[in-house]
Amino acid sequence: MSSLAVRKTAPAAGTTPGTAQGPPLRRRIALVPTLTLLLGALYCLLPVAWVVIAATKSGSELFSTFTFLPGTGFTDNLSDLNAYREGVYWQWMGNSALYAGVGALLSTAVSAISGYALAIYRFKGREAVFSVLMAGVLMPPVILAIPQYLLLAKADLADTYGAVLLPLVLSPYGVYLARIYAAAAVPADVVEAGRMDGASEWRIFTRIALPMMVPGLVTVFLFQFVAVWNNFLLPFIMLSDDEKFPITLGLYTLLEQGSNTPALYTLVITGALLAVLPLIALFLVVQRFWSLDLLSGAVKS
Amino acid sequence: MTSARRKSYGVKGAPYAFLLPATVLFTLFFALPIGYAIWLSLHKVQVKGLGLGSGARQEVWAGLENYTDALSDSEFLDGALRVLGYGAIVVPVMLGLALVLALMLDSEKVRLAPFTRLAIFLPYAVPGVVAALLWGFLYLPDVSPFYFVLDRLGLPQPDLLDGGGLYAALSNIAVWGGTGFNMIVIYTSLQAIPAEVYEAAKLDGATPLQIALRVKIPMVTPSLVLTFFFSIIATLQVFSEPTTLKPLTNSVSTTWSPLMKVYVDAFGKGDIHGAAAGAVVIALVTLVVSFGFLRAANSRNKRDVSQGAAG
Repeated sequence: MSSLAVRKTAPAAGTTPGTAQGPPLRRRIALVPTLTLLLGALYCLLPVAWVVIAATKSGSELFSTFTFLPGTGFTDNLSDLNAYREGVYWQWMGNSALYAGVGALLSTAVSAISGYALAIYRFKGREAVFSVLMAGVLMPPVILAIPQYLLLAKADLADTYGAVLLPLVLSPYGVYLARIYAAAAVPADVVEAGRMDGASEWRIFTRIALPMMVPGLVTVFLFQFVAVWNNFLLPFIMLSDDEKFPITLGLYTLLEQGSNTPALYTLVITGALLAVLPLIALFLVVQRFWSLDLLSGAVKS
Repeated sequence: MTSARRKSYGVKGAPYAFLLPATVLFTLFFALPIGYAIWLSLHKVQVKGLGLGSGARQEVWAGLENYTDALSDSEFLDGALRVLGYGAIVVPVMLGLALVLALMLDSEKVRLAPFTRLAIFLPYAVPGVVAALLWGFLYLPDVSPFYFVLDRLGLPQPDLLDGGGLYAALSNIAVWGGTGFNMIVIYTSLQAIPAEVYEAAKLDGATPLQIALRVKIPMVTPSLVLTFFFSIIATLQVFSEPTTLKPLTNSVSTTWSPLMKVYVDAFGKGDIHGAAAGAVVIALVTLVVSFGFLRAANSRNKRDVSQGAAG
């Protein structure tokens, strides 16, 4: 893909892009930035390319053939992974989808209603509430996770799905994004017009404001989905029953056992490939209507 | 929650009702655990007699004893030094790369920008554990393409999973995982710079490099400061990457980072009081270092950053 696009511009100068240095070409294509970005892309794609190829190798090929030479064992690896402890791998994937999907949905709902309240209303203690919520973003998860575990254990909730879901529902970053998005996307006079028509505050929020906030909320949802899907520390601390493990924790335990039984390495690698595919697919699909720029809170007004 | 009932709160009550879920969650999952951690860190278990029977183990006031223990524990301090060394590599390299790539993306007539932007952002979608796992295999001499190339060229082959190489290996995982996200943040604020600013500089005959150094970088300083701030917080709490590399090498101990030590204290040794003190120390150091940085960086343009943080 890359060579094709570069070649399109190169023939005008009559040389290959690697050797072209004259000003005529440089005016048409910024060589240094393009090459730097391609190097960066290469670096970022390298491990992904590796895992795609390594997943095709059988256990003996993994340690004996050249790294980027495809192997012959992909289907065997796949069926081994399916068979491993009666398909516990798919249980982990399902758990991750559940934690990330439900967690992100709840988190988006709480962010939306809180961000809306903080953006639209002028009330006593507004900035104080916002500051306290934001302080949560600065709290290292470490100081939270261990006491959260101990408290949930006292409530008999440790080692349950709720133990991984509930602590992540309130996302200070999500509230922050929802607030700036609501402030930019929901005009005050629309809210006022709703009041004139006699709509309740709840109705104004759900029927008028919420649809306007959707693009921002998609960002909050995706951000939180990735955060939960990638989370390791919290499930690592909360869970001991491996039927409830998310994929990150499951792969980690597989790798740990692999240090004693190298045969498991091929399972770990195949499992890692399948574990990154859903999120990569998600990103490729949503990037059409999802602006990455929103991640940093940029709002086009 | 009928609309009639909601109405009785009126406009005045609505924001408080809307903020109720967040407040309850904050109390249960932020305030209470933090309070409990601080309480635990100031107490210890005292065993009476032989420690048998109910009531033989009591939690008593310990003052700062757990803290002095934590701070005089050589394992904890060694871990802290390791993480400081690791952070001293990760933060500048990652953000330096992110800045350079963002400037390149923003430059005129660059090709393939959408493709490279997505490719560089891709690692954000890869969990830290999986990233550590992938790189971990790429560091194994039998599997790695790097060793293959070095071997063919007859160059010496460093051990990436021991000694100084381990720092490079761990740092690389964090840099790989974090550069894309930070690049997007910086790139976004580059895009927000009005075009007139460049036009003026161009008319004055400034080269692209001069524009980057004298116009662009100063104008994105607030977002650079924020990315530094969050990178410091994330780096000081490194946990999943060294934990994942542990099965692949003997040189990552179970207490490699202070957070790993806290985990071992709490769940390996069952010393939750000591662990709580360790967690509080890490949290305090994180806050002091990150806010110290924020203050130092913004003694001049504090205004810009608080505006940046509030949108």
